Amino acid sequence: MKPFTYARPDDAAGAVDLVAGDPDAAFLAGGTNLVDHLKLGIASPTTLVDVTSLTSDRIDDLPPAHGDTDGGLRIGAAVRNSDLAAHGRVRAEYPVLAEALLQGASGQLRNMATTGGNLLQRTRCAYFGDRTTPCNKREPGSGCSAIGGWARYHAILGATHEPAGQACVATHPSDMAVAMAVLDAQVQVLGPDGERTIPLEEFHRLPGDDPTRDTVLRHGELITAVDLPAAPIATSSTYRKVRDRASYAFALVSVAAAMEVVDGPDGPVVADVRIALGGVAHTPWRATRAEDALRGGPATDEAFRAAAAAETAGARPIESAVGGNAFKVPLVAGTLAAALRTLAHDPSTDPTEEPG
Amino acid sequence: MTLTPDAMGRALPRIEGGQKVAGTARYAFEHPVVGPLYLHPVQSTIARGRVTAIDTSTAEALDGVVAVLTHENAPRLADTSDAEFAVLQDDTVAFRGQYVAAVLAERSETAREAAELVEVTYDQQDHHVELDEDSPDLYAPDVVNPSFETDETVGDPEAALESAPVTVRQTYTTAMTHNNPMEPHTTVATWDAEDGRLTLFESTQGVSAVRTAVAGVLGLETGSVDVISPHVGGGFGSKGTPHANTVLAALAARAVPGRPVKYALTRQQMFDLVGYRTPTIQHVTLGAEADGRLTAIVHDVVEQTARFKEFAEQTAVYSRSMYATQNRRTSHRLVPLDVGVPSWMRAPGEAPGSFAAEVAMDELAVATGIDPVELRIRNEPAVSPASGLPFSSRHLVDCLRRGADRFAWRLRDPRPRARLVDGWWIGTGVAASSYPTNSMPGSSAVIRFHVDPSLDPALGAAGRYEVEIAAADIGTGARTVLTQIAADALGVRPETVHVAIGDTALPPATTAGGSSGTASWGATIADAADRFRDKWGDDPSDGAQADGSMPDNPYSGRYAMSAYGAHFAEVAVHADTGEVRVPRMLGVFAAGRILNPDTARSQLLGGMTMGLSMALHEESVLDPRSGHVINHDLANYHVTAHADVGVMEAEWIDEEDPYVNPMGCKGIGEIGIVGAAAAIANAAHHATGVRMRSVPMTLDDFVV
Repeated sequence: MKPFTYARPDDAAGAVDLVAGDPDAAFLAGGTNLVDHLKLGIASPTTLVDVTSLTSDRIDDLPPAHGDTDGGLRIGAAVRNSDLAAHGRVRAEYPVLAEALLQGASGQLRNMATTGGNLLQRTRCAYFGDRTTPCNKREPGSGCSAIGGWARYHAILGATHEPAGQACVATHPSDMAVAMAVLDAQVQVLGPDGERTIPLEEFHRLPGDDPTRDTVLRHGELITAVDLPAAPIATSSTYRKVRDRASYAFALVSVAAAMEVVDGPDGPVVADVRIALGGVAHTPWRATRAEDALRGGPATDEAFRAAAAAETAGARPIESAVGGNAFKVPLVAGTLAAALRTLAHDPSTDPTEEPG
Repeated sequence: MTLTPDAMGRALPRIEGGQKVAGTARYAFEHPVVGPLYLHPVQSTIARGRVTAIDTSTAEALDGVVAVLTHENAPRLADTSDAEFAVLQDDTVAFRGQYVAAVLAERSETAREAAELVEVTYDQQDHHVELDEDSPDLYAPDVVNPSFETDETVGDPEAALESAPVTVRQTYTTAMTHNNPMEPHTTVATWDAEDGRLTLFESTQGVSAVRTAVAGVLGLETGSVDVISPHVGGGFGSKGTPHANTVLAALAARAVPGRPVKYALTRQQMFDLVGYRTPTIQHVTLGAEADGRLTAIVHDVVEQTARFKEFAEQTAVYSRSMYATQNRRTSHRLVPLDVGVPSWMRAPGEAPGSFAAEVAMDELAVATGIDPVELRIRNEPAVSPASGLPFSSRHLVDCLRRGADRFAWRLRDPRPRARLVDGWWIGTGVAASSYPTNSMPGSSAVIRFHVDPSLDPALGAAGRYEVEIAAADIGTGARTVLTQIAADALGVRPETVHVAIGDTALPPATTAGGSSGTASWGATIADAADRFRDKWGDDPSDGAQADGSMPDNPYSGRYAMSAYGAHFAEVAVHADTGEVRVPRMLGVFAAGRILNPDTARSQLLGGMTMGLSMALHEESVLDPRSGHVINHDLANYHVTAHADVGVMEAEWIDEEDPYVNPMGCKGIGEIGIVGAAAAIANAAHHATGVRMRSVPMTLDDFVV
């Protein structure tokens, strides 16, 4: 672990100046991911700039947008995961977000982890976290060890398999971000050139030809808040996380879904639906193909599974003797069906719903 | 000699419980020392080959680095016959993660940074790290752990199978798993060059064994090594025998006389250096009459060892003594690999062996249409199938019947995949369990009496009894239970007894292993108490003292001694996602006298939880390309979490056994895990119709 300078400037602008002016500086918020990486040698910043008290730790009501009756929420970047999950309006109006947060990590970690930091979590790919193995995300051009290795937690969608020196099949680990993806969240950012707003859907990036970059943030840009627009559909929303143990594990597959169902002549019909998948890609994966397949059609198990099949038609699973991930294709179908079924009925009676 | 129970059998609160809750109980790393140095190792990044060069100059130049030890400059060891202990003695790399250098620095962060700066050049050779039963290197060890026969044949199993009306012939596999006590292996080592003494604050299951091993390796008199270990944060066998980490810390201490060297393994290092459970491939064939009576048992095991040091898990031994049959074959074969050496992990042999044996019995129940509880009862032996000796006590049938009753087994619909409740397939399963009642020779104890006028007169004693024995309490409650045993052996109240353990300054004791601790140390204390009362009567004077040692058991060799149990499990498998949950587990055990119901229940529930973990979660993923375990932290190596444990109950039947030891107790540290994974696999089959012959079972085994 290399020595580093710890700085705690007076305000967010000062923090941005410090980091923007030093290519080896990094922001420190809850530290639940970065501190691990310091120990493991995955990150070796020369300066850590503590921002935990520099951005808002409040959740504020936003005024209604033009033409809307209700306003959304502005979540300060320093809001802890546990506080966000417990917020009354989040629980009532965006249950998918509260559920996702409570199924992430452990109580102790949620008390530390912040909203901004959660979005910037790095992949939990075991090879990324082990400096003795090749990893293009950590060391460009060295190769991807997960391909042909332990790939149980890895991507089936949007990954880079070739060329070898750019390959990356890592997944984004956040549950919160998957929920925010169906809420059309907007990320507020302060940078050396001022403020900008990045839609959450565009915030994370696929590995493409540069797997070292997880997001579109530029060095020195600081997340100050996340806005959730008003979303009436989200009152009927849920997060279904499937993992290898009942708590304290990352998703193999997760589904964030919001759905509005109306009665049709032949049974319930999907009036509108939003779906995002976790555990399948380098980003929270907005499942627009599945949404399109469902919208206006019947709200049946068959339709749910067909929608999943439409989304995973281009999936590229990894074969491996020590843990491939081909099972994720049928698992997406099963998980999506389980999630949407609860929304087609009354979610409060869902027997499969579990606490984190 | 048989003790009359008074304190024994009571739920005496854990003596050091308050200290542990308050954080004042000192674990190895927490003992205050002056001017410590911190050790961080450099580990090989190849699995086989030679170190051709080590450049330590950059590391040594770092401010705060005191020394960098390599095979070129490390002190020589006196005895390298145990290859695991031959740390930094030559340039050979036998497995990935092996120590190739060690940094000593003023701060732990500096040591870690400097370790990264040591540049090691290798001559890498091809390695083999995958267990393959067709390996040309397959061989039969001389014995299996600790000293069982490798192979054994009784009757003519092949002929019996040939003529058996019903046969089950299947292959079962269990994963490589790693012991992960909360407290990692830790040493604080100080070399006093003037007096020639080495002091180790050590996290261990046996201070006496560490003393002997370290003294031998370093070429010191045994009495010149002090090992102190009052509290241990779990071991599960991985601290039962010293490993290379202790030798490294001791070696480093000798290089910096007078300065304490502190070394706590990182969680990642726990997956490289301190043992693990071998993966197993088990071929089991059962032959039976149509009424389910076994005519033959064949249990052939293939497992791995390290090329540089042998460890042979006794996986098939379970099948030698469990069920009655005239014809039996058991065998063990090892594949030597370029890996770290496997070692003890809770119930070595019995845990993986019972998985195969008890799932096979479930398959036989299905094949014969006989209820699996009844099938086991029908195959209950009259005498030990292994030795032909009568049992000192065996109440497996009572455990099965009581568990079946408690689990409403008679209402069970035997058809698999018959109950779907709220989207979950539900099933129940059963498995038997056994664990040998071991006791180890070699312990001794001393009892001293001190008059204490301040003692509450209501306690009926003029003073306190100091009981000294270098035993270990690794979280089991041994300190508390030994106090109860001592009280009954002396015929006094436990409040007047103080038991000191975990220090080589005390009379030597055997290791906490093989579920033998309480039996061995308890019998030793009982012997000392007997001598004390012979010598001093029941009204001793100040300073009265007597020594005792582990007595021979006159019934040893005349009776077969084991504990038994029955596991019942309910399993739910999600119809859409394949997620596996275990809403209910019940273990009913017959383990002689239960000396303390609170600490015993913790041991049994802990074992059952570890069995649940074995069934659903634990798997060390060895990447064959690199040769190391890639999921080497507790985020990726899953141990059962609280949320995975549903209603879990452990209970026992009152069993009197006058033959095992003066307390009438049997070891309970390991039996909880034995058979637990099989019960869960059998329940999963009942729930889904999918037969699980490999653990851990994960959701992809069920998702379609």
